[in-house]
Amino acid sequence: MNLTQKIEKARSALDVHVREIVNWHFSPETGCPFWLEYAEGLDFDPRKEIGGYADLNCLGHFQDEWLRGGPVRRWVPKGYADKPVYVFETGGSTGIPKSRISIRDFQIDYELFSKTLSDEGFPPGSDWLMLGPTGPRRLRLAVEHLAQHRGGICFLVDLDPRWVNQLVRYGKNEELDAYKNHVISQALNVLKAHENVQCLFTTPKLLEALCEKISLQKVGIKGIFCGGTEMDAQFHRFAREELVPGIDFVPTYGNTLMGLATCKPYDPIDNYAIIYYPPQPRAVIELVNPDDPDQQVDYGETGRVMLTTLTKEFFVPRFLERDEAERAEPIPEYPWDGVENLRLLTELQESVVVGVY
Amino acid sequence: MVHIPILRAGRTYRSLKTVSVPHIKTGEPLVEVSQANRGLIAKDLLDLPYHKQTLSQHNILELIAICKDAAKLFTSADLPLDDGTQSPQEYIKQVSGTTGLPETLCRQNMGKIQGVLENIEQVLDGLTRELDLQILDNGWGLQNERVLSYVCETDALGAVLPSNSPGVHSLWIPAVPLKVPLVLKPGREEPWTPYRIAQAFMVAGIQPETFSFYPTNYSGANEILFRCGRSMLFGGGSTVAPWVNDPRVEIHGPGRSKIIIHDNQNGNCEAHLDLIVESVSKNGGRSCINASGVWVSEQGSDIAEAIAERLRQIEPKPLDHPEAGIAAWANPKAAQGISALIDRHLKQDGATELTTGDRVVELDGCTFLRPTVIWCEDSEHPLANTEFPFPFVSVVEVPSSQIEESIGATLVATVITEDDRLIDTLLTTPLIDRLNIGAIPTNQISWDSPHEGNLFEHLYRQRAFQRK
Repeated sequence: MNLTQKIEKARSALDVHVREIVNWHFSPETGCPFWLEYAEGLDFDPRKEIGGYADLNCLGHFQDEWLRGGPVRRWVPKGYADKPVYVFETGGSTGIPKSRISIRDFQIDYELFSKTLSDEGFPPGSDWLMLGPTGPRRLRLAVEHLAQHRGGICFLVDLDPRWVNQLVRYGKNEELDAYKNHVISQALNVLKAHENVQCLFTTPKLLEALCEKISLQKVGIKGIFCGGTEMDAQFHRFAREELVPGIDFVPTYGNTLMGLATCKPYDPIDNYAIIYYPPQPRAVIELVNPDDPDQQVDYGETGRVMLTTLTKEFFVPRFLERDEAERAEPIPEYPWDGVENLRLLTELQESVVVGVY
Repeated sequence: MVHIPILRAGRTYRSLKTVSVPHIKTGEPLVEVSQANRGLIAKDLLDLPYHKQTLSQHNILELIAICKDAAKLFTSADLPLDDGTQSPQEYIKQVSGTTGLPETLCRQNMGKIQGVLENIEQVLDGLTRELDLQILDNGWGLQNERVLSYVCETDALGAVLPSNSPGVHSLWIPAVPLKVPLVLKPGREEPWTPYRIAQAFMVAGIQPETFSFYPTNYSGANEILFRCGRSMLFGGGSTVAPWVNDPRVEIHGPGRSKIIIHDNQNGNCEAHLDLIVESVSKNGGRSCINASGVWVSEQGSDIAEAIAERLRQIEPKPLDHPEAGIAAWANPKAAQGISALIDRHLKQDGATELTTGDRVVELDGCTFLRPTVIWCEDSEHPLANTEFPFPFVSVVEVPSSQIEESIGATLVATVITEDDRLIDTLLTTPLIDRLNIGAIPTNQISWDSPHEGNLFEHLYRQRAFQRK
C-alpha cells in the first residue's frame, strides 16, 4: 500500500471512529452527564448529524474551562459507571486546576506508544526510572504502566512541578536549586543501587541536571524517553551530540487532554526537527489559522494547535490549545498530519517589555 | 542574512534555534542570532576553571598590550563575523539598524570603547587605586613597603547585557587584563558590540577560551548568573529582583541620575543650561548616566521652562543624518506605551509638561519620542524621580534641607552649589554612586574613576598574607 492509500485508509478509519465515539458519548445509555446535558441545548442530534471528523465543527470548540472544578463525575460515561475511575489534573499552579477522568486511556495510550520503542533502546524486562512530575498527573502512572507493560519495574522520585513554578515565579533561585539537587540526588541513588534500570523517563531540564552528576551510559541507561516544554530541535541535537550520545533518545509530547504523541523516528535528514504525530484515531491534531480556526493551514505553514480527543472515556472536540506549530506531511508510519516545532503561541510569548533597557 | 554564532569558549557554534532581529526602519531581518539552550551553557561553564588557567598564562603587562592592539582593531579592522568579516562602517550601520541609535552616536560609542581599551592602564589604576599590577600576577607583592595579596573570587565574569547603548560594554572590558574570562549574554537588539570586542581581542592574541558569548533567553541568562562566581546584570524591576541580595551579582538598574542646583546659584541657572541639556540628551538620553532629574531649591518652574525651550529644539532626524541626536525605538509599541504612561501620570496633580506637540513621532520609517520636560511641584509625584530611555527630565523643587532624603538611589549626581553643608551631606550619603561637585555633566566619565561599581573589587578580594 502506498502512502496515498494509507492516508485514505486512515481517514476512513477516523470517520468510522468518530461516529462510534459520538454515538457513545451522546447516547443516554452510555454517554456522560456533561455531553448529554450539552446535547439538550442543541437543535440537532449529534448522532445523526455527525457522520465523520469534518462534521465535528457543528459542536464548536471545546472549552477547557469546563474542566475546572466539579462535579468531576459529570465526565464519567454511564457505560463505564461500574469501572474504577482515576482523576488527573493539568498544570494548576494557580487557582483550581483543570481535571479529567480516566479509566484505562492512559494505559492504552502507553501500550500503543510502547510499540514504537525499540527493544535495543528499551530492553523488555529492564527496569525504569521515572524522573518527572508526579502527584495528580497522568504521567506518573502512565510511565509506570509502560515499564510494567514492557516487563519492567518502575522506580519513582517525588517531584512537585507546582512548587517548582512557585519558586520560579517568586525568583527563589537558591531554593529552586536546592529542590533540584534534592530530586537529582534521589535519582542518583536509584541509578547507583539498581543495575537493571536501563530506561529513563525525564524532562529536558532534569536530564541536563542528571548528566552533570553522572554518565548515564556508564550506569547502563540504554534508552531515554523525554518530554517537556523545553524540547526543541536544538535541545534534541544537544542531547544526541553532547548530553547522552549513544543512548536511544526519544522525544515525546503529551498532555492530559490528548495522551501521547510520538516523534517521527530519528533521521539525520530532518536536522533534529521534532515532528510529532498524534495517536490517531484516538486523537487528532489540526493546525488552524489563529484568526479563523475553521481554516486549516497548508503544509509547512504555522498554525494554532486544535486538538480533538476521541476515546470512549473522554471526548474533546476541536479544543484550541495555547500552542502553535508547523503542519507536517503524513509519513508511512503515521499516515496523517503531524506537527513540527511545537511551541507556545507567539502572541503569548510576545509580552511587550516596557522596561528601561 | 548576517548570522551571529554562539562562542563556546571562543569556538563558533551555529544553533538550530535562532532569533531574527529586524532593521528597525524596514522591518526586514537584518541578523539571525544563534540562541544557546540553557543546558549547553550549563555544560560549557563547567570548564571555566580551565579557561581561567589558560588566560592566566599571560601576565598583566602582556594583557595590557593586547588591549591596546584590540583598541585599534576594534575601530579600524575588518573583523571575523561568522563566515565573513565585518568592517567598522558595517558595524556602525548594523548597530544603528537594530537598536535605533543614530549612526553618529554609534560612532561616538565606538570611540568610547576604543578609549577604554587604549587607556586601560589608567582605567586599571582607577579601579585598583594604582596597585602594582604584578601583585595580581604573583598573588602577592610589596608596595610602599607593605605586603599586599589579592585573591580572585571567580573563574569568570558573567554579564547579562542591555541593548540601550554600545558604550555600556566598556564596563566589562577591564576583566580581560584582570585575568578573568568572560561569559557574555548580549541584549536581543545589540549582539554586535560584545561580539566585535571579543573578535578584536582574539585577533589581538588573546586565547579564544577567554570569551564565551551566549545569546539566550531568560532561563539561559539565569544559568550564567547562577554559575559564574561574579556577574553584572543590567535591567530593572522583575529582571533583577531575584538577584538584588546576591553579592555575586552586581546590579546595573535604572540610574535616576540628577543635577542638583541649590540656592544663590539658581539665579544663574542660564549658565548651566548647556550642562543640563548635555546631561539629559547626550547619547540620545539612553544611558543610565544621562540626567533624568534636575533638583533645585527655588525657581524650579522658570528653570524647567528654560530647559524645555532648549530641548524643544532637538528634533528627531533620520538615523544616518550627521546631526541625529535622538534614537529610534526598536519596539514602537514600547515607545507608545511609555508615552501613554507619562500621560497617565500627568493626570495626577502636581506635574506639568512644558514641552509641547506630539511626543510620539514617526519619521523615515522609525518611531521616536521627542524630548520631554516635566515640572514637578512634588518630589513624591510618580514623574519626579523616574527615568526613561530617551531625553526625559523632570525638574523638581525641593528645599535644600530635604534634598538628601528625597533624591533616592542615584547613579550620578552633579551638585552645583556653594553651600558646604549640602556638599558635606551629599559626600556622606550612600545613595549616590558617583558624585560630581561643580559643573560637570552627569555623562562625563573619567578614565581613572570607577564607574557603576568597582569591577576590581567585584572580582578580587584583598586578603591577609604573610610569608616566612
